[in-house]
Amino acid sequence: MTLTTPRPSAPAGATEPRLPRTRVARSSALFGVLLVAGAVLTVVAAGRGQLEIPADEVLGSILHRLGLDLGPMPTHPQGDAALWQVRFPRVAMALVVGASLAAAGALMQGVFGNPLAEPAVVGVSAGAAFAAGIVIVYQLTFAGEWTIAIFAFAGGLVTTLLVYVMSRADGRTEVVTLVLTGIAINAVCSAGLAFLLFIGDTQAREEIVFWQLGSLNGTRWQYVWVAAPIAAVGLVGAVLLARKLDILSLGDRAARHVGLDVERVRIGAIVLVALLTAAGVAFAGIVAFVGLVVPHVVRMIVGPGHRVLVPASALAGAVLLLGADLVARTAVDTADLPIGMITSLVGGPFFFWLLRRTRRTAGGWS
Amino acid sequence: MSLRVQGVDVTIAGHQVLTDVDVSIAPGELLALVGPNGAGKTTLLNVLAGDLEPRAGSVELDGRPVAGIRVRDLARRRAVLPQEQRLAFGFRVIDVVRMGRSPWTGTAAEDRDDEVVAAAMDRTDVIHLAERIYPTLSGGEKSRTSLARVISQATEIVLLDEPTAALDIRHSEQVLTEARRLARAGHAVVAVLHDLSIAAAHADRICVLADGRVRADGPPSEVMRPDLLAEVYGHPVDVITHRDRLVVIPHTIDDALPEEAPCVPTP
Repeated sequence: MTLTTPRPSAPAGATEPRLPRTRVARSSALFGVLLVAGAVLTVVAAGRGQLEIPADEVLGSILHRLGLDLGPMPTHPQGDAALWQVRFPRVAMALVVGASLAAAGALMQGVFGNPLAEPAVVGVSAGAAFAAGIVIVYQLTFAGEWTIAIFAFAGGLVTTLLVYVMSRADGRTEVVTLVLTGIAINAVCSAGLAFLLFIGDTQAREEIVFWQLGSLNGTRWQYVWVAAPIAAVGLVGAVLLARKLDILSLGDRAARHVGLDVERVRIGAIVLVALLTAAGVAFAGIVAFVGLVVPHVVRMIVGPGHRVLVPASALAGAVLLLGADLVARTAVDTADLPIGMITSLVGGPFFFWLLRRTRRTAGGWS
Repeated sequence: MSLRVQGVDVTIAGHQVLTDVDVSIAPGELLALVGPNGAGKTTLLNVLAGDLEPRAGSVELDGRPVAGIRVRDLARRRAVLPQEQRLAFGFRVIDVVRMGRSPWTGTAAEDRDDEVVAAAMDRTDVIHLAERIYPTLSGGEKSRTSLARVISQATEIVLLDEPTAALDIRHSEQVLTEARRLARAGHAVVAVLHDLSIAAAHADRICVLADGRVRADGPPSEVMRPDLLAEVYGHPVDVITHRDRLVVIPHTIDDALPEEAPCVPTP
């Protein structure tokens, strides 16, 4: 049988219906702004600290490393070393962690069809941190620097699957169920972490405490070389999955009706969320609410289409966390505040506002 | 093309919902599924859509069991308008309609996406809503947007679950006219309908379900009989002909209604 094409019913001579154009300009503008902001912030953040290095010298140092003999080198004798051994690894880690967590949030919200899903809120971060805590306490090193990342991934994967299975009913995830499931999972993982604190020695204890607070203090290149590839794999996977996540917002059944293999997309997305969360948590601890705030704000600017949302969230998350880390280490003289504290301070009220707003809109609680 | 359901039994949570149902749909035909609440209309539609696997019996598309057809391949052959229209995020109407084209991604048909989407939106009267955010639409606008998505999927089989439920007279006539036009163009269309007069006016064939069984299956003139309908619905009706259309009018319940105090005091 021949397939018929729907033909416009408009009488002859009527103009063809015009379709609105896509919002390319808006997305491009956002990407442009974020890229510039990220670049500027990188130079500024690297210069700030106990040893102040002016922006032009930071730039000069970067250019010299790239083999370009341009700009001034840091005037301080320790300047170049401070930049490349302390500041840049930390800046790079902030970018990697921010991008991972924000992308994980966007992905998770897409999979759950719920704008309140976020790795820390639903307990995935806590699960990954608990598993990573085991590595610290028992000093496991079978895979070198990778050990902690492997454990964080496993912990994240198990908790994401748990949340998914427990909070789902009739092919949907209700807001209340999701948030309450998060409380339950967070409680169990906190108990696990408390137990690790109890049995650990003083050094392990201190390390785990900082973990729970979230901090980029003491980041080394070795850590970045582990976290960055994991984040890269997760991000590429997330972008490839983006189009399918759009379809998923129709709901399970309607998505299947338009040809989406819903279960496969779900499993893929869950593995990616675990990967991205592992990259975010393995060396930085629990940095909450980045995955909630960033995708939400990005959605307000460019709409919910995941092909733009996922990469834009990753970029915005990277910039945001870089800024937050700058505040964390410069707000109080001689003190390095935990970055998780800063993000939670901002993210907590935001979460509350989002909760109120979601409740007000039709179907928010269902 | 033929979609055929034979000897289908469906049990949901221990409750027998469909019993020994035989229905077949053919191209060029608009089939209406009618029956009282809980008769199994939506369940039968779900079986036809391949969402629900029957406990017994067969569901075959061109002789192949529907359960064995890949999700993507099935989506190129049948589209479904669900009863409930939800969307997790605030996509624009145009984006929602475009989702109907997703089974054709990577095929030659993809090149005509814009043309097909524009035509579908024009026919369902949603082209002026294109930039609106779907969750902010009224119930009727949502239904029509979903119908546009279903039409843009360009499939041989179109299954509609209560397409007129949230619509006013003008738009429900438009939707049914559109369904009929699809049938005329060679599609096989199945619609679950509540309003018997609407079903009688537009359907080529009406299948009456009651208690999970097919009670009648035939052209409106054969099926829309007062005695049959009265028995199936447990309520007396009149069937009259008005301007060549069969109109079903339920009797009012004449039990003396208690005299109630008027809500608004009469001046």
